[in-house]
Amino acid sequence: MHDPTQIVPAAPNVIDAGITPPLMAARDLGCVVKGQRLLAGVDLTLQAKRRTVVLGPNGAGKSLLLRLLHGLLPRTEGQILWQGRPLSRCDQRAQAMVFQRPVMLRRSVQANLHFALKVRGFAGHERTRRTEQALEMAGLTHLAKRPARVLSGGEQQRLAIARALACGPELLFLDEPTANLDPAATAHIETLIRDAHDQGVTVMMVTHDQGQARRLAQDLIFLQDGRVAESGRADVLLQTPRSDALRAWIEGRLFVTDAPRDRK
Amino acid sequence: MDSVSAILMEAGRLVLNWDRDLAQIVGLSLQVTLTAVFIACLIGLPLGAILGAFRFPGRRVAILLANVLMGLPPVVVGLVVYLMLSASGPMGVLGLLYTPTAMIIAQVLLVTPIIAALSRQVTEDLHAEYAEHFASLGVGRMQRVTALLWDARFSLLTVVLAGFGRAVAEVGAVMIVGGNINHVTRVMTTAIALETSKGDLELALALGLVLLGIALIVNLIVMTVRGTAVRAAYA
Repeated sequence: MHDPTQIVPAAPNVIDAGITPPLMAARDLGCVVKGQRLLAGVDLTLQAKRRTVVLGPNGAGKSLLLRLLHGLLPRTEGQILWQGRPLSRCDQRAQAMVFQRPVMLRRSVQANLHFALKVRGFAGHERTRRTEQALEMAGLTHLAKRPARVLSGGEQQRLAIARALACGPELLFLDEPTANLDPAATAHIETLIRDAHDQGVTVMMVTHDQGQARRLAQDLIFLQDGRVAESGRADVLLQTPRSDALRAWIEGRLFVTDAPRDRK
Repeated sequence: MDSVSAILMEAGRLVLNWDRDLAQIVGLSLQVTLTAVFIACLIGLPLGAILGAFRFPGRRVAILLANVLMGLPPVVVGLVVYLMLSASGPMGVLGLLYTPTAMIIAQVLLVTPIIAALSRQVTEDLHAEYAEHFASLGVGRMQRVTALLWDARFSLLTVVLAGFGRAVAEVGAVMIVGGNINHVTRVMTTAIALETSKGDLELALALGLVLLGIALIVNLIVMTVRGTAVRAAYA
Protein backbone atom coordinates (compact mmCIF):
# COMPACT_ATOMS: atom_id res chain seq x y z
CA MET A 1 0.00 0.00 0.00
CA HIS A 2 1.36 3.37 -0.99
CA ASP A 3 1.57 6.23 1.43
CA PRO A 4 -0.90 8.72 -0.10
CA THR A 5 1.38 11.65 0.66
CA GLN A 6 4.41 9.98 -0.86
CA ILE A 7 6.08 11.94 -3.59
CA VAL A 8 7.36 9.72 -6.34
CA PRO A 9 10.64 11.08 -7.67
CA ALA A 10 10.49 12.40 -11.19
CA ALA A 11 11.26 9.53 -13.48
CA PRO A 12 13.92 9.92 -16.11
CA ASN A 13 11.95 10.42 -19.28
CA VAL A 14 12.31 10.86 -22.97
CA ILE A 15 12.40 14.62 -22.65
CA ASP A 16 15.51 14.28 -20.52
CA ALA A 17 17.13 11.84 -22.90
CA GLY A 18 18.70 14.54 -25.05
CA ILE A 19 17.07 13.75 -28.37
CA THR A 20 16.67 17.47 -28.98
CA PRO A 21 18.33 20.23 -26.94
CA PRO A 22 16.24 21.41 -23.97
CA LEU A 23 14.52 24.72 -24.51
CA MET A 24 14.00 25.37 -20.84
CA ALA A 25 14.93 23.66 -17.61
CA ALA A 26 14.34 24.21 -13.92
CA ARG A 27 16.75 22.94 -11.34
CA ASP A 28 15.66 22.63 -7.72
CA LEU A 29 13.20 25.47 -8.30
CA GLY A 30 11.38 26.71 -5.24
CA CYS A 31 9.28 29.59 -4.07
CA VAL A 32 8.79 30.71 -0.50
CA VAL A 33 6.33 33.51 0.20
CA LYS A 34 6.06 35.00 3.69
CA GLY A 35 7.67 31.91 5.18
CA GLN A 36 5.32 29.56 3.37
CA ARG A 37 6.88 27.13 0.93
CA LEU A 38 4.64 27.07 -2.11
CA LEU A 39 6.93 25.22 -4.47
CA ALA A 40 9.97 23.10 -3.66
CA GLY A 41 12.67 21.15 -5.44
CA VAL A 42 11.10 21.31 -8.88
CA ASP A 43 13.32 19.75 -11.54
CA LEU A 44 11.99 19.71 -15.05
CA THR A 45 13.15 19.93 -18.62
CA LEU A 46 11.13 21.23 -21.52
CA GLN A 47 12.18 19.98 -24.90
CA ALA A 48 11.61 22.24 -27.88
CA LYS A 49 8.48 21.66 -29.96
CA ARG A 50 6.71 19.47 -27.40
CA ARG A 51 3.37 19.92 -25.68
CA THR A 52 3.74 19.60 -21.93
CA VAL A 53 0.69 19.53 -19.71
CA VAL A 54 0.89 20.35 -16.00
CA LEU A 55 -1.69 18.62 -13.83
CA GLY A 56 -2.42 18.61 -10.15
CA PRO A 57 -4.99 19.47 -7.51
CA ASN A 58 -5.91 23.01 -6.53
CA GLY A 59 -3.09 24.72 -4.69
CA ALA A 60 -0.47 22.30 -5.99
CA GLY A 61 1.46 25.19 -7.48
CA LYS A 62 0.68 24.75 -11.18
CA SER A 63 -0.02 28.38 -12.02
CA LEU A 64 2.79 29.46 -9.74
CA LEU A 65 5.19 27.21 -11.63
CA LEU A 66 4.19 28.77 -14.95
CA ARG A 67 4.61 32.28 -13.56
CA LEU A 68 8.04 31.46 -12.15
CA LEU A 69 9.20 29.92 -15.42
CA HIS A 70 7.90 32.91 -17.37
CA GLY A 71 9.61 35.31 -14.98
CA LEU A 72 6.44 36.96 -13.73
CA LEU A 73 7.33 36.07 -10.16
CA PRO A 74 10.78 35.98 -8.61
CA ARG A 75 12.04 32.55 -7.67
CA THR A 76 13.48 32.22 -4.19
CA GLU A 77 15.33 28.96 -4.77
CA GLY A 78 16.93 27.08 -7.62
CA GLN A 79 17.68 27.98 -11.17
CA ILE A 80 15.83 28.42 -14.44
CA LEU A 81 17.78 27.75 -17.61
CA TRP A 82 16.89 28.90 -21.11
CA GLN A 83 18.71 26.97 -23.82
CA GLY A 84 21.30 25.96 -21.25
CA ARG A 85 22.03 29.37 -19.73
CA PRO A 86 20.35 31.25 -16.87
CA LEU A 87 17.06 32.82 -17.95
CA SER A 88 17.36 36.54 -18.61
CA ARG A 89 14.74 39.24 -19.14
CA CYS A 90 15.72 39.19 -22.80
CA ASP A 91 14.84 35.49 -23.07
CA GLN A 92 11.37 36.29 -21.72
CA ARG A 93 10.65 37.96 -25.05
CA ALA A 94 10.91 34.56 -26.72
CA GLN A 95 8.02 33.41 -24.52
CA ALA A 96 4.37 34.36 -24.25
CA MET A 97 1.71 33.60 -21.69
CA VAL A 98 -2.06 33.32 -21.84
CA PHE A 99 -3.96 33.56 -18.58
CA GLN A 100 -7.07 31.79 -17.34
CA ARG A 101 -8.96 35.07 -17.48
CA PRO A 102 -7.78 36.72 -20.68
CA VAL A 103 -6.57 40.28 -20.17
CA MET A 104 -8.25 42.48 -22.73
CA LEU A 105 -7.15 46.08 -23.12
CA ARG A 106 -9.97 48.61 -23.38
CA ARG A 107 -9.46 48.81 -27.11
CA SER A 108 -10.65 47.12 -30.26
CA VAL A 109 -9.67 43.55 -31.11
CA GLN A 110 -7.27 44.88 -33.74
CA ALA A 111 -5.77 47.46 -31.35
CA ASN A 112 -5.12 44.74 -28.76
CA LEU A 113 -2.99 42.90 -31.32
CA HIS A 114 -1.32 46.12 -32.49
CA PHE A 115 -0.32 47.04 -28.96
CA ALA A 116 1.34 43.70 -28.23
CA LEU A 117 3.21 43.77 -31.53
CA LYS A 118 4.32 47.37 -31.00
CA VAL A 119 5.67 46.53 -27.55
CA ARG A 120 7.58 43.62 -29.07
CA GLY A 121 9.14 46.04 -31.54
CA PHE A 122 7.45 45.08 -34.81
CA ALA A 123 7.45 47.89 -37.37
CA GLY A 124 4.26 49.32 -38.88
CA HIS A 125 3.97 47.19 -42.02
CA GLU A 126 4.96 43.98 -40.26
CA ARG A 127 2.55 44.83 -37.46
CA THR A 128 -0.34 45.13 -39.88
CA ARG A 129 0.60 41.87 -41.63
CA ARG A 130 0.86 39.94 -38.36
CA THR A 131 -2.37 41.45 -37.06
CA GLU A 132 -4.27 40.32 -40.15
CA GLN A 133 -2.67 36.88 -39.94
CA ALA A 134 -3.53 36.52 -36.25
CA LEU A 135 -7.13 37.62 -36.79
CA GLU A 136 -7.53 35.11 -39.58
CA MET A 137 -5.94 32.32 -37.56
CA ALA A 138 -8.27 32.99 -34.61
CA GLY A 139 -11.32 33.42 -36.86
CA LEU A 140 -11.84 36.95 -35.60
CA THR A 141 -11.36 38.96 -38.79
CA HIS A 142 -15.02 39.99 -38.85
CA LEU A 143 -14.71 41.26 -35.27
CA ALA A 144 -11.51 43.26 -35.79
CA LYS A 145 -13.09 46.65 -35.08
CA ARG A 146 -15.18 45.43 -32.12
CA PRO A 147 -14.15 46.41 -28.58
CA ALA A 148 -12.30 43.36 -27.24
CA ARG A 149 -14.21 43.38 -23.96
CA VAL A 150 -17.58 42.74 -25.59
CA LEU A 151 -16.42 39.47 -27.15
CA SER A 152 -17.61 36.19 -25.66
CA GLY A 153 -15.34 34.27 -23.27
CA GLY A 154 -14.23 31.90 -26.02
CA GLU A 155 -13.57 34.71 -28.48
CA GLN A 156 -11.57 36.63 -25.89
CA GLN A 157 -9.44 33.57 -25.16
CA ARG A 158 -8.89 33.01 -28.90
CA LEU A 159 -7.81 36.62 -29.20
CA ALA A 160 -5.46 36.22 -26.22
CA ILE A 161 -3.84 33.16 -27.82
CA ALA A 162 -3.66 34.82 -31.24
CA ARG A 163 -2.10 37.89 -29.61
CA ALA A 164 0.49 35.75 -27.87
CA LEU A 165 1.29 33.81 -31.04
CA ALA A 166 1.44 36.93 -33.21
CA CYS A 167 4.60 37.93 -31.35
CA GLY A 168 6.26 34.73 -32.58
CA PRO A 169 7.16 33.06 -29.29
CA GLU A 170 9.27 29.92 -29.08
CA LEU A 171 7.48 28.88 -25.90
CA LEU A 172 3.82 29.45 -25.09
CA PHE A 173 2.58 29.15 -21.50
CA LEU A 174 -1.14 28.55 -21.10
CA ASP A 175 -2.74 28.74 -17.68
CA GLU A 176 -6.05 26.84 -17.86
CA PRO A 177 -7.06 28.55 -21.10
CA THR A 178 -10.32 26.65 -21.44
CA ALA A 179 -11.58 26.90 -17.86
CA ASN A 180 -15.28 27.87 -17.92
CA LEU A 181 -15.56 27.48 -21.69
CA ASP A 182 -18.12 25.28 -23.44
CA PRO A 183 -17.03 22.27 -25.55
CA ALA A 184 -17.24 24.18 -28.85
CA ALA A 185 -15.07 27.02 -27.56
CA THR A 186 -12.69 24.50 -25.98
CA ALA A 187 -12.36 22.64 -29.28
CA HIS A 188 -11.54 25.91 -31.04
CA ILE A 189 -8.85 26.75 -28.48
CA GLU A 190 -7.36 23.26 -28.69
CA THR A 191 -7.17 23.57 -32.47
CA LEU A 192 -5.28 26.85 -32.06
CA ILE A 193 -2.88 25.19 -29.63
CA ARG A 194 -2.29 22.25 -31.99
CA ASP A 195 -1.77 24.60 -34.95
CA ALA A 196 0.75 26.64 -32.97
CA HIS A 197 2.55 23.47 -31.99
CA ASP A 198 2.55 22.26 -35.58
CA GLN A 199 4.28 25.50 -36.50
CA GLY A 200 7.06 24.74 -34.05
CA VAL A 201 5.92 26.50 -30.88
CA THR A 202 6.68 24.68 -27.64
CA VAL A 203 3.62 24.58 -25.41
CA MET A 204 3.39 24.28 -21.63
CA MET A 205 -0.15 24.22 -20.37
CA VAL A 206 -1.95 23.88 -17.07
CA THR A 207 -5.29 22.13 -17.07
CA HIS A 208 -7.73 20.41 -14.74
CA ASP A 209 -9.44 18.64 -17.60
CA GLN A 210 -8.39 14.99 -17.84
CA GLY A 211 -9.80 14.65 -21.34
CA GLN A 212 -7.89 17.69 -22.46
CA ALA A 213 -4.68 16.35 -20.95
CA ARG A 214 -5.17 13.09 -22.85
CA ARG A 215 -5.88 14.97 -26.08
CA LEU A 216 -3.02 17.44 -25.91
CA ALA A 217 -0.25 16.17 -23.67
CA GLN A 218 2.90 14.71 -25.12
CA ASP A 219 4.68 15.16 -21.81
CA LEU A 220 3.09 15.37 -18.42
CA ILE A 221 4.07 16.94 -15.13
CA PHE A 222 1.95 16.05 -12.11
CA LEU A 223 2.32 18.44 -9.21
CA GLN A 224 1.23 17.77 -5.68
CA ASP A 225 1.77 19.93 -2.62
CA GLY A 226 4.24 22.14 -4.45
CA ARG A 227 6.41 19.27 -5.68
CA VAL A 228 6.68 17.31 -8.88
CA ALA A 229 5.03 14.01 -8.02
CA GLU A 230 5.56 12.51 -11.46
CA SER A 231 6.77 13.62 -14.83
CA GLY A 232 7.49 12.02 -18.16
CA ARG A 233 5.88 10.89 -21.38
CA ALA A 234 2.14 11.42 -21.12
CA ASP A 235 1.19 8.10 -22.76
CA VAL A 236 3.40 6.20 -20.30
CA LEU A 237 2.29 8.07 -17.18
CA LEU A 238 -1.38 7.89 -18.07
CA GLN A 239 -1.07 4.13 -18.62
CA THR A 240 1.10 3.31 -15.61
CA PRO A 241 0.91 6.00 -12.96
CA ARG A 242 3.27 5.44 -10.07
CA SER A 243 1.85 7.81 -7.48
CA ASP A 244 -1.51 7.24 -5.78
CA ALA A 245 -2.45 10.83 -6.47
CA LEU A 246 -2.06 10.53 -10.24
CA ARG A 247 -3.69 7.09 -10.24
CA ALA A 248 -6.65 8.47 -8.34
CA TRP A 249 -6.85 11.43 -10.70
CA ILE A 250 -6.82 9.14 -13.75
CA GLU A 251 -9.46 6.86 -12.24
CA GLY A 252 -11.61 9.85 -11.38
CA ARG A 253 -11.48 9.11 -7.65
CA LEU A 254 -11.43 11.86 -5.05
CA PHE A 255 -7.98 11.98 -3.59
CA VAL A 256 -7.43 14.01 -0.45
CA THR A 257 -4.17 14.01 1.46
CA ASP A 258 -4.90 13.80 5.18
CA ALA A 259 -1.33 14.52 6.23
CA PRO A 260 -0.58 18.17 6.91
CA ARG A 261 1.21 19.77 4.05
CA ASP A 262 4.88 20.41 4.57
CA ARG A 263 4.78 24.00 3.45
CA LYS A 264 7.05 25.53 6.02
CA MET B 1 -40.62 87.87 -3.37
CA ASP B 2 -41.25 90.49 -6.01
CA SER B 3 -37.73 91.80 -5.66
CA VAL B 4 -36.28 88.29 -6.03
CA SER B 5 -38.26 87.68 -9.21
CA ALA B 6 -37.31 91.13 -10.49
CA ILE B 7 -33.64 90.37 -9.86
CA LEU B 8 -34.02 87.03 -11.61
CA MET B 9 -35.74 88.69 -14.57
CA GLU B 10 -32.99 91.29 -14.84
CA ALA B 11 -30.29 88.64 -14.53
CA GLY B 12 -31.98 86.64 -17.28
CA ARG B 13 -32.14 89.75 -19.46
CA LEU B 14 -28.42 90.39 -18.92
CA VAL B 15 -27.56 86.85 -19.92
CA LEU B 16 -29.79 86.95 -22.98
CA ASN B 17 -28.45 90.35 -24.09
CA TRP B 18 -24.95 88.99 -23.51
CA ASP B 19 -23.57 92.27 -22.24
CA ARG B 20 -19.97 93.06 -23.37
CA ASP B 21 -18.65 93.24 -19.79
CA LEU B 22 -20.32 89.94 -18.98
CA ALA B 23 -18.84 88.32 -22.07
CA GLN B 24 -15.36 89.57 -21.13
CA ILE B 25 -15.64 88.20 -17.59
CA VAL B 26 -16.93 84.83 -18.81
CA GLY B 27 -14.23 84.69 -21.50
CA LEU B 28 -11.43 85.41 -19.07
CA SER B 29 -12.82 82.87 -16.59
CA LEU B 30 -12.83 80.16 -19.21
CA GLN B 31 -9.39 81.15 -20.49
CA VAL B 32 -7.83 81.03 -17.02
CA THR B 33 -9.64 77.87 -15.94
CA LEU B 34 -9.10 75.87 -19.11
CA THR B 35 -5.42 76.83 -19.28
CA ALA B 36 -4.92 75.89 -15.64
CA VAL B 37 -6.75 72.58 -16.03
CA PHE B 38 -4.79 71.79 -19.20
CA ILE B 39 -1.45 72.40 -17.46
CA ALA B 40 -2.61 70.51 -14.36
CA CYS B 41 -3.54 67.56 -16.61
CA LEU B 42 -0.12 67.59 -18.26
CA ILE B 43 1.46 67.28 -14.82
CA GLY B 44 -1.17 65.43 -12.81
CA LEU B 45 -2.22 62.65 -15.19
CA PRO B 46 1.26 61.17 -15.79
CA LEU B 47 2.08 61.69 -12.12
CA GLY B 48 -1.08 59.82 -11.12
CA ALA B 49 -0.30 57.00 -13.56
CA ILE B 50 3.25 56.69 -12.23
CA LEU B 51 1.96 56.54 -8.65
CA GLY B 52 -0.66 54.02 -9.72
CA ALA B 53 1.54 51.71 -11.74
CA PHE B 54 4.95 51.60 -10.08
CA ARG B 55 6.27 50.67 -6.67
CA PHE B 56 9.20 52.79 -5.52
CA PRO B 57 10.57 54.11 -2.23
CA GLY B 58 8.55 57.07 -1.05
CA ARG B 59 5.49 56.14 -3.09
CA ARG B 60 3.19 55.96 -0.10
CA VAL B 61 4.39 59.36 1.10
CA ALA B 62 3.80 60.80 -2.37
CA ILE B 63 0.25 59.38 -2.42
CA LEU B 64 -0.43 60.73 1.04
CA LEU B 65 0.92 64.13 -0.01
CA ALA B 66 -1.27 64.21 -3.12
CA ASN B 67 -4.32 63.27 -1.04
CA VAL B 68 -3.56 65.93 1.57
CA LEU B 69 -2.95 68.57 -1.07
CA MET B 70 -6.36 67.83 -2.59
CA GLY B 71 -7.84 69.66 0.34
CA LEU B 72 -5.53 72.67 0.14
CA PRO B 73 -7.31 75.85 1.28
CA PRO B 74 -7.38 78.16 -1.78
CA VAL B 75 -6.56 81.25 0.27
CA VAL B 76 -3.39 79.58 1.51
CA VAL B 77 -2.37 78.80 -2.07
CA GLY B 78 -3.25 82.37 -3.02
CA LEU B 79 -1.12 83.69 -0.20
CA VAL B 80 1.87 81.50 -1.11
CA VAL B 81 1.68 82.48 -4.79
CA TYR B 82 1.26 86.13 -3.74
CA LEU B 83 4.41 85.95 -1.60
CA MET B 84 6.33 84.32 -4.46
CA LEU B 85 5.20 86.83 -7.07
CA SER B 86 5.16 90.00 -5.00
CA ALA B 87 7.84 92.58 -5.69
CA SER B 88 9.92 91.40 -2.73
CA GLY B 89 9.34 87.71 -3.51
CA PRO B 90 11.75 85.37 -5.33
CA MET B 91 9.76 85.64 -8.58
CA GLY B 92 8.84 89.29 -8.19
CA VAL B 93 11.04 90.37 -11.12
CA LEU B 94 8.71 88.55 -13.49
CA GLY B 95 5.99 91.08 -12.74
CA LEU B 96 3.23 88.48 -12.83
CA LEU B 97 1.23 89.58 -9.82
CA TYR B 98 -2.29 90.79 -10.69
CA THR B 99 -2.19 89.18 -14.09
CA PRO B 100 -4.17 86.22 -15.47
CA THR B 101 -0.89 84.26 -15.45
CA ALA B 102 -0.70 84.56 -11.66
CA MET B 103 -4.28 83.29 -11.46
CA ILE B 104 -3.39 80.35 -13.69
CA ILE B 105 -0.39 79.51 -11.50
CA ALA B 106 -2.58 79.51 -8.38
CA GLN B 107 -5.20 77.33 -10.05
CA VAL B 108 -2.60 74.89 -11.34
CA LEU B 109 -1.34 74.46 -7.77
CA LEU B 110 -4.87 73.80 -6.58
CA VAL B 111 -5.97 71.47 -9.37
CA THR B 112 -2.83 69.36 -9.97
CA PRO B 113 -3.08 67.42 -6.67
CA ILE B 114 -6.75 66.66 -7.37
CA ILE B 115 -5.99 65.30 -10.82
CA ALA B 116 -2.90 63.40 -9.64
CA ALA B 117 -4.63 61.80 -6.64
CA LEU B 118 -7.81 60.81 -8.47
CA SER B 119 -6.03 59.57 -11.58
CA ARG B 120 -3.74 57.51 -9.34
CA GLN B 121 -6.75 55.60 -8.08
CA VAL B 122 -8.16 55.05 -11.57
CA THR B 123 -4.86 53.91 -13.10
CA GLU B 124 -3.95 51.74 -10.11
CA ASP B 125 -7.17 49.75 -10.50
CA LEU B 126 -6.58 49.38 -14.22
CA HIS B 127 -2.95 48.43 -13.72
CA ALA B 128 -3.95 45.69 -11.29
CA GLU B 129 -5.93 44.20 -14.18
CA TYR B 130 -3.18 44.67 -16.78
CA ALA B 131 -0.06 44.03 -14.67
CA GLU B 132 0.59 40.40 -15.60
CA HIS B 133 -0.14 40.98 -19.28
CA PHE B 134 2.23 43.97 -19.30
CA ALA B 135 4.91 41.99 -17.47
CA SER B 136 4.51 39.06 -19.86
CA LEU B 137 4.83 41.33 -22.90
CA GLY B 138 7.73 43.25 -21.39
CA VAL B 139 5.99 46.62 -21.60
CA GLY B 140 8.40 49.46 -20.76
CA ARG B 141 7.76 52.11 -18.13
CA MET B 142 6.86 54.88 -20.53
CA GLN B 143 4.63 52.54 -22.56
CA ARG B 144 2.86 51.50 -19.35
CA VAL B 145 2.06 55.07 -18.42
CA THR B 146 0.79 56.00 -21.87
CA ALA B 147 -1.19 52.75 -22.23
CA LEU B 148 -2.83 53.19 -18.83
CA LEU B 149 -3.73 56.81 -19.52
CA TRP B 150 -5.14 55.93 -22.93
CA ASP B 151 -7.17 52.96 -21.73
CA ALA B 152 -8.47 54.88 -18.71
CA ARG B 153 -9.24 57.98 -20.78
CA PHE B 154 -13.00 57.85 -20.28
CA SER B 155 -12.73 57.34 -16.52
CA LEU B 156 -10.15 60.11 -16.41
CA LEU B 157 -12.67 62.49 -17.97
CA THR B 158 -14.46 62.49 -14.63
CA VAL B 159 -11.15 63.27 -12.93
CA VAL B 160 -10.56 66.21 -15.26
CA LEU B 161 -14.12 67.32 -14.61
CA ALA B 162 -13.43 67.38 -10.86
CA GLY B 163 -10.38 69.54 -11.52
CA PHE B 164 -12.38 71.84 -13.79
CA GLY B 165 -15.08 72.18 -11.15
CA ARG B 166 -12.54 73.14 -8.52
CA ALA B 167 -10.86 75.68 -10.80
CA VAL B 168 -13.94 77.36 -12.24
CA ALA B 169 -15.58 77.80 -8.83
CA GLU B 170 -12.46 79.08 -7.10
CA VAL B 171 -12.54 82.57 -5.53
CA GLY B 172 -9.99 82.98 -2.75
CA ALA B 173 -6.71 82.32 -4.54
CA VAL B 174 -7.57 84.18 -7.75
CA MET B 175 -8.84 87.13 -5.76
CA ILE B 176 -5.52 87.38 -3.86
CA VAL B 177 -3.14 86.94 -6.82
CA GLY B 178 -5.38 88.50 -9.49
CA GLY B 179 -6.67 91.43 -7.53
CA ASN B 180 -10.08 91.40 -9.28
CA ILE B 181 -9.09 94.25 -11.59
CA ASN B 182 -11.83 95.22 -14.02
CA HIS B 183 -11.13 94.18 -17.64
CA VAL B 184 -7.82 92.61 -16.55
CA THR B 185 -8.24 89.90 -13.92
CA ARG B 186 -11.95 89.91 -13.12
CA VAL B 187 -13.44 86.46 -13.47
CA MET B 188 -16.93 85.16 -12.77
CA THR B 189 -16.40 84.15 -9.16
CA THR B 190 -14.57 87.31 -8.10
CA ALA B 191 -17.10 89.43 -9.98
CA ILE B 192 -19.98 87.68 -8.19
CA ALA B 193 -18.31 88.36 -4.83
CA LEU B 194 -17.73 92.02 -5.75
CA GLU B 195 -21.16 92.71 -7.25
CA THR B 196 -22.88 91.07 -4.29
CA SER B 197 -20.96 93.27 -1.87
CA LYS B 198 -21.87 96.31 -3.98
CA GLY B 199 -25.52 95.32 -4.00
CA ASP B 200 -25.67 94.76 -7.78
CA LEU B 201 -27.44 91.46 -7.37
CA GLU B 202 -28.72 91.33 -10.95
CA LEU B 203 -25.21 91.10 -12.44
CA ALA B 204 -24.06 88.75 -9.65
CA LEU B 205 -26.98 86.44 -10.33
CA ALA B 206 -26.50 86.68 -14.08
CA LEU B 207 -22.89 85.58 -13.63
CA GLY B 208 -24.03 82.83 -11.29
CA LEU B 209 -26.46 81.58 -13.94
CA VAL B 210 -23.71 81.54 -16.56
CA LEU B 211 -21.42 79.66 -14.16
CA LEU B 212 -24.14 77.10 -13.54
CA GLY B 213 -24.80 76.84 -17.25
CA ILE B 214 -21.13 76.19 -18.00
CA ALA B 215 -20.95 73.55 -15.27
CA LEU B 216 -24.10 71.93 -16.65
CA ILE B 217 -22.86 71.87 -20.25
CA VAL B 218 -19.44 70.47 -19.31
CA ASN B 219 -21.06 67.77 -17.16
CA LEU B 220 -23.49 66.85 -19.92
CA ILE B 221 -20.67 66.50 -22.44
CA VAL B 222 -18.63 64.33 -20.08
CA MET B 223 -21.63 62.18 -19.16
CA THR B 224 -22.50 61.66 -22.82
CA VAL B 225 -18.94 60.72 -23.77
CA ARG B 226 -18.60 58.38 -20.81
CA GLY B 227 -21.98 56.81 -21.44
CA THR B 228 -21.02 56.10 -25.04
CA ALA B 229 -17.71 54.62 -23.89
CA VAL B 230 -19.39 52.38 -21.30
CA ARG B 231 -21.87 51.10 -23.88
CA ALA B 232 -18.96 50.34 -26.21
CA ALA B 233 -17.02 48.65 -23.35
CA TYR B 234 -14.12 51.06 -23.62
CA ALA B 235 -14.59 52.45 -20.09
